Formats: sequence, structure tokens, C-alpha cells
Amino acid sequence: MEKEIIIQIQDLEKTFRTKSGDVHALRDINLEIRKGDIFGIIGMSGAGKSTLVRCINLLEKPTAGKVIFDGIDISGLEDAELRKMRRSMGMIFQQFNLLMQKTAEENICFPLEIAGVDKRKAKARAKELLELVGLSDRAKSYPSQLSGGQKQRVAIARALAPNPKVILCDEATSALDPVTTNSILSLLKDINRKLGVTVVIITHEMDVIEKICNRVAIIDSSHIAESGSVEEIFFKPQTEAARRLVYPEGDQLTQFGPVAEQACWRIVFDGNSSFEPVIAGMVLECKAPVNILFADTKNIDGKAFGQIVVQLPEDVDIAERMLKYLRSKNLTVEEVRGYAG
Amino acid sequence: MLDSQMIWLLVQGIGETLYMTLGATLFSYVIGLPLGVILVVCAKDGIKPCLPVYRVLDVIVNLTRSIPFLVLAVWIIPFTRLITGTSIGSTAMIVPLVLAAAPFVARLVESSLLELDKGIIEAAQSMGASNFQIIWKVMLSESKPSLLNGATIAVTTILGYSAMGGFVGAGGLGAIAYNYGYYRYQTDIMLITVILLVIIVQVMQGSGNKLTSHADKRKI
Repeated sequence: MEKEIIIQIQDLEKTFRTKSGDVHALRDINLEIRKGDIFGIIGMSGAGKSTLVRCINLLEKPTAGKVIFDGIDISGLEDAELRKMRRSMGMIFQQFNLLMQKTAEENICFPLEIAGVDKRKAKARAKELLELVGLSDRAKSYPSQLSGGQKQRVAIARALAPNPKVILCDEATSALDPVTTNSILSLLKDINRKLGVTVVIITHEMDVIEKICNRVAIIDSSHIAESGSVEEIFFKPQTEAARRLVYPEGDQLTQFGPVAEQACWRIVFDGNSSFEPVIAGMVLECKAPVNILFADTKNIDGKAFGQIVVQLPEDVDIAERMLKYLRSKNLTVEEVRGYAG
Repeated sequence: MLDSQMIWLLVQGIGETLYMTLGATLFSYVIGLPLGVILVVCAKDGIKPCLPVYRVLDVIVNLTRSIPFLVLAVWIIPFTRLITGTSIGSTAMIVPLVLAAAPFVARLVESSLLELDKGIIEAAQSMGASNFQIIWKVMLSESKPSLLNGATIAVTTILGYSAMGGFVGAGGLGAIAYNYGYYRYQTDIMLITVILLVIIVQVMQGSGNKLTSHADKRKI
């Protein structure tokens, strides 16, 4: 059974008026985010993804269209109601945006303080959250005394303080090193699982999507190019924008010009077990070497996605056997000429 | 020379100078702080943009700041008399001091608040903070070190203005330097007042710096 929808975006549009004319930041955006999803929105810089996430909590007012949150059209709310609604939508940022003159604990208490929660209750909640994000010993530290990853943990705790239903992450890991990124991503996944909070992630890194998202929308030049489950998008990217993100090195295929005169074969992995050494198995079975010209595969939840381009031996019989072997493993194999890509 | 009468005069002078300086600083902030906040809030990328208000205040602040202090002090004598009942003495001097310093304070406050990272304000908005909460709990609270630093600049500048007050009948060290050092050629008195003024400014600047760095949690 499909889970219920928590955020629904209908025909959303955002136009910025500038001196040099109107800029259409978002056009014709339709999205459905379900309860408990970790929903990724990915796009290149300038595609409009930051504007899109700000339209969800109405930090940016959409020019047209609706944002329905938990059954209520929030695009038409009065200021006071809007502020109340925002308490059920936490947000974390690339630059953390912590209050620099307040301790970690005071930062986490801050959203509760502005919501008028009793000080003692707020402190107890902060303690609980510091524990959840693994920073119990840093309650009295100021942001300047924390590392980037720790700052983002405080920011996550702060976003969680008012018990939100959704957490919006605007490039939350883009300012962090890869190791810290992973730990923040697993913290988000943890929170999603433990607390059932829906997570919306804006990013330009496919890695982030791969690691924790279950659904993804690809935004390209102001509109949604494609959306669906992460596996679907990896398996069969339908649009140019999606292919560019899934295989960012795709253009390297053209670099093997002279070799490509001969017949080459593209093996497409679309969810086979990544534990099975297919190519090595083929080589051992047929007792002939192959030349791998290009490989870009990813491991998602134990399944392999991606493609490998190989040059098979000139001996037609051996080549035939190899193709047979690959097809017997349920792989799609197709001949490519000149790496048209 | 430096007899007990002269010493008493100097002590009184110090008292009057401090009274004028601190009194004027206080009232300058009473007027200048809200003015600075309004300038930031109403600016084009402020949290409640209101360009007409911004432009009017901006012009007023610039106009007041372009009038030389001595000219202003003389020009507004009728207004000073209306408020304090007199146009001479330290209390009367506070009026032109405030009028001259408030716009300056407004600019200092404005630039302190503009230093603040816009992302922090956005974060507060995303938590559902009202504009008033953002001004009070985010903008002013986060800018505290910078505001204190500005206040140090303001207080020393106002001290400098207050010494000019000697010309228009206010008391204080400025008046002593003027009346004794200049008119009576008592260079020793002149020197003493100068030294006293330097010491007062140093103390103010020093304690201001200390307060600022103590308040700033970004550098621990």
C-alpha cells in the first residue's frame, strides 16, 4: 500500500523580477512526497533546486501554483498561520546557520523559545536531542568550538526540536568532507527510520541520493526533468539531464576514437547482484581476454547499476560465446559503434 | 597655578565631561538604535522591505550628519532652550550632542546589523520566528559584539564633540582648556586638560574593547 502524501506541489511556478527582465526560476513543478520518504531533489547549480526547497516552507512565495502540506494548502496562509506551520517543517543548511553567540544547547532551545515553550521543558528536549545526534558532551560549546560535522549535527538537533513532520535539507553536506558527509547522511537516515520524519534533500551530488534516498526528482533548467524511485532513475534514466547526473563521466566515451572503429559492446547493469563477478566469470569461462574501454557502475543496496563497454576478441566464435554468457546472466548487451553514447 | 581651587575645577570639569558624554551617548542610542534597526529592516533586502521609510530616514540621517557640530549647536539654541529651559551649561549641551550623535549611532548600528550573515535570519524564519523575534533575538543578540564595538566608537566621538561645547557655554574639560589654557595663556592647564582627555578616551576605548571581546563567542 502506498503511504499517504505529506507534501504535494501542484503547478508551482516562481518568477523573479529583475531589471534585466523576468527570470523563471521554476516552471510547471509537480511533485508528491510521501510520509517517511527520503526524497532527493538533484540538479546542477542554478537549476532552481534551492528556490524549490524554499517554496516548500514558503521562505520564497511561489508566483503560481499550490503547496499542500499535510492536507492544507499552505500557499494561501496568513503570516501567523504560516509561522506556526513552519514549526512542523525543520530546515538545515549548507552553512549550518547556527547562532554564533549561543551555545549548542541554546541553539537547540531556540526554536522552542520562539514557540513559547517553557524553558525547563526546552532544556530537557535539547538534552534528549544532543544525545540523539551524539553530542551530549558539547552542550555548552559555542559553534566556533565545533567542527563542521558537529555544527551540522547541532543544526539537525535544532531542526528536530519542535518535533517536525518534515526536515528540509538544503545542500546540507556540500560544505563537509566525504567522511563527515557519510556520517551526517547516516544520521539523517537514522532519524528518518527512528522518528519517521520525512526528509527532503536538495543536492547536486548523485552520491548523496544513492546513499540515502528512496525517491528522487531531477530538476533541470527550472523544471522537473524526471522523478521516481532511485532505482528506476539509475536503471533507466529517460532524459538527457538524468543521464548527465547518473553518468557524469559519460562524455568520456567519445575519447576512445580510434579503438572505437571496431565493434564494441555495451553491457548494461540494471539491478543484477553486484556480488557476482560477471566479467571475470565470462573471461574464465571463455578463456579469452577482453578489453574494457569504459566502466561506470554503482552499487546500490547490493544491486549493480551502470554500464561497461568492452571490446570482445576478434575471433567470432569466442565473441559469440561471450555474448551468450552475458545474456545468460540476464544482462542487456548491445553493440555500439563509435561510442555514440 | 595648580592650587586646590584649580584642582577642584578640573575634577568638576571631568565630572561635567563624563556627564555630557555618557548622557548624550545614552540618549543617542535611545534614538539611534531603533533608527538603525528600522534602516536595516526596511531596506530592499531587509526582513520587511519598505523603501519609502528607508529613503526618508536615509536622507534625514545623511542631512543631519553633514551639518558641522558647532554650527548645529548654535543653530538649534532655541530648540535646546525649549527642552532644557536654558542654552548654557552641560545639560543644555546634551541636546545638540544627541542630535548630532543619534544619526551617527544609527549608521553604526546599521553597519553592525548588516554584517550579520543573512543565512542566520533565514534559519530563524524557517523556524517560524516573527519579525520582532528576529530583530530582538537574532539580529541584536547576534550582533552584540559589533554593537558594543560601535558604542565604543560612539562614546569617544561624543566625548570629542563635548569638548567643542566649551565654545558655546557648556562646561567640562573643553571649557577649561579654552578659558584657562587659551584665554589666560596657562599652558600648564592646557596640557593637563589634554592629558586628562587622552586618559579618559584611553580608558573608554580600553574597556570597550574588553567588553567587546568578552561578549564575542566567535573567538574562544
